[in-house]
Amino acid sequence: MRLEVGNIMIKDVQFGAKTEVNNGILFVNKEELAQITGDDDHISSVEVFLAKPGEQTRIIPVKDVIEPRVKVSGNGGVFPGFISNVDMVGEGRTNVLKGAAVVTTGRIVGFQEGIIDMSGPGAEYTPFSKTMNVVVKVDPIEGLHQHEHERVVRLAGFRAAEYLGQAGKNIEADSVQVFETKPLLEQVNEYPNLPKVAYVYMLITQGLLHDTFVYGVDAKHILPTIIYPTEMMDGAVVSGNCVSACDKNTTYSHQNNPIIHDLYAGHGKDFNFIGCVITNENVTLSDKERSSNMTAKLVEFMGADGVIISEEGFGNPDADLVMNCSKIEKKGIKTVLVTSEYAGRDGASQSLADSSEYGDAVISVGNANEIITLPPMKTVIGYPEVADIIAGGFDGSLGEDGSITAELQVIIGATNELGFGCLTARES
Amino acid sequence: MVTIKVVHYINQFYAGIGGEEKADHRPEVREGVVGPGMAFQKTFGEEAEIKATVICGDTYFNENLETATSEVIAMIEKYSPDVVICGPAFNAGRYGVASGAVAKAVHEKLGVPVVSGMYPENPGVDIYKKYAYIIETANSAVGMRKAVQPMAKLVIKLARGEQVGSPEDEGYISRGIRQNYFAAERGSKRAVNMLINKLKDVDYTTEYPMPVFDRVSPSAAIKDITKAKVAVLSSGGPVPKGNPDHIESSSASKYGKYSLQGIDDLNPENSETAHGGYDPVYANEDLDRVLPVDVLKEMEKAGEIGSLYEYWYATVGNGTSVANAKKFAAEIAGELKSSGVDAVILTST
Repeated sequence: MRLEVGNIMIKDVQFGAKTEVNNGILFVNKEELAQITGDDDHISSVEVFLAKPGEQTRIIPVKDVIEPRVKVSGNGGVFPGFISNVDMVGEGRTNVLKGAAVVTTGRIVGFQEGIIDMSGPGAEYTPFSKTMNVVVKVDPIEGLHQHEHERVVRLAGFRAAEYLGQAGKNIEADSVQVFETKPLLEQVNEYPNLPKVAYVYMLITQGLLHDTFVYGVDAKHILPTIIYPTEMMDGAVVSGNCVSACDKNTTYSHQNNPIIHDLYAGHGKDFNFIGCVITNENVTLSDKERSSNMTAKLVEFMGADGVIISEEGFGNPDADLVMNCSKIEKKGIKTVLVTSEYAGRDGASQSLADSSEYGDAVISVGNANEIITLPPMKTVIGYPEVADIIAGGFDGSLGEDGSITAELQVIIGATNELGFGCLTARES
Repeated sequence: MVTIKVVHYINQFYAGIGGEEKADHRPEVREGVVGPGMAFQKTFGEEAEIKATVICGDTYFNENLETATSEVIAMIEKYSPDVVICGPAFNAGRYGVASGAVAKAVHEKLGVPVVSGMYPENPGVDIYKKYAYIIETANSAVGMRKAVQPMAKLVIKLARGEQVGSPEDEGYISRGIRQNYFAAERGSKRAVNMLINKLKDVDYTTEYPMPVFDRVSPSAAIKDITKAKVAVLSSGGPVPKGNPDHIESSSASKYGKYSLQGIDDLNPENSETAHGGYDPVYANEDLDRVLPVDVLKEMEKAGEIGSLYEYWYATVGNGTSVANAKKFAAEIAGELKSSGVDAVILTST
């Protein structure tokens, strides 16, 4: 599968009469965007805001971040199974409004949503302080059940991103990247002398605000399966979760998975990148056993010599990570694990809830329990009062002056386990 | 530039008071530098000033740990230092323990950073390394000159709030504390590089050595459950409606103890979960799913269990550190034991 990704660099975002990209500026017709985003009987109101890098703006609680993309040629459309038909995606040409993002916010669904600060110390920890954000605040009708509420806001975000993405359909890209993975046997034969590397992509699947979807299917109900890495770039996998926002993969993170990008960068030079296995992180032991068995079998079946395994979440999914690691290593296939740490606010506790002697190559994306103080911001989009109850916050997190003292956990993407950022932890 | 204020803690020997025969010397404070403080002051130049030196005999300190600690802390506190130096103690065991105990108290009571210096086998290292940056030294005072430089450098860094480097870079003994920093390359790139090395059998260093856990052996089975007093507790966050103790949805810093008097059933009117790590909808509909109070009350009435302990304990396991969990467990277990509880049902989620 071969995909060309055309990056249209977005330098600024402004409201305008017509939604279009002009000289690197994304103009947004506010009313039209609100109307399309809110096109659901379960939505009572949609408000649209802009949040730009460097501004004194806080967005809370953040549910998802999505990159506007559009299929220019090739099979299917973005977000198959949700916005587009369930066609296979990942080949042809996709244009991206690079540097722009849709952020969804609104009344809190659970304890689980995160924070984005566009400037100040918190901005250092989230990739979404560097994007031109079109924030849609989506509030549902009264009395909507939590599961429905989550679904309604999730889909609203995809509609907004798809609508904005359309503006890039006929725009010339500033740069084009080509990604290609061939059918397995051909791919193996292309670089017969290089070690074969696969990617085991773990998706959190634990219920409300802990779910991930693949081609429209709740990934709780999938068996681990092989996918072409380029499928991710067209939105084959989307986020339905933001619990403990620091280490959850937003839809944006799936569209731009840096492990996939860095594996493509070394492909044909240091190793032969032969493909991805997606697997889930369900809550029961038998599900964990079944999925890790299947995952180990699939990477063996592909003939991989080594794999990178990325976890999503912490605690309970540490068990899935450890099972995947040991079962794959036992087949003689080498593993590198990517995980966040929960070492306590003082950093003195064990960082993982499970352990294996096979896990001898671990990338840490930082201790999510570390405390950070976020100064007050001039503008707050959303509902700041949830700071005391979201995961990582505590009674008194929200100061009278509007500052927030909480764990890094509250910042969306702070310890992203796809290795999006440079944060890590060491013994000190 | 504002001069950094330092207080120095040393023993009677380094203060020139005397050896073993003077080890019962009681705490005293002297303005300015004493003994090894001179070498530190020379290194600091104008940047930092040792305002005072607190001196205590090793025997006195170790035999009167609590009193000595509070006496010494009171003396240090008066000078509101930016950083405290303890020692270096090299391989002197009692001096190391005293320095460590002072470091711990300074850290906990004054919230001021501490720099010390010890030989790695000094017993003070293992007990107190969490509370101070302990520069690794030689086993005797011969290593004084070599110890002063890195200790002084850390004093300045800590006082200025600068990022302290790794134990290897700075020369201190690892405190066993995980600390965040920004690496030069993003995590995904580091993962790819590590895999390349692992595939080539080239040396690489894991960024997190996997943890080692305690194993708890189960107690003997209850002989007659119809006579046993049973308690129920949970890390699934079951709390009375409104979460009166504000237990955090993640990284709990506390647990709650709640009365079961007059409750035969948990329902959305009297209870909810505080846990942020799982789908709470089904727990909130019927919290007996997390804490099976309804069934236990029925069993108690039917005589199938001796009795149900009148309180339940709850915390949130989500992201909660092992250290906090251990602390909660020790307190709860103590109370259960003294209340004559024979068996515990511990539910998680």
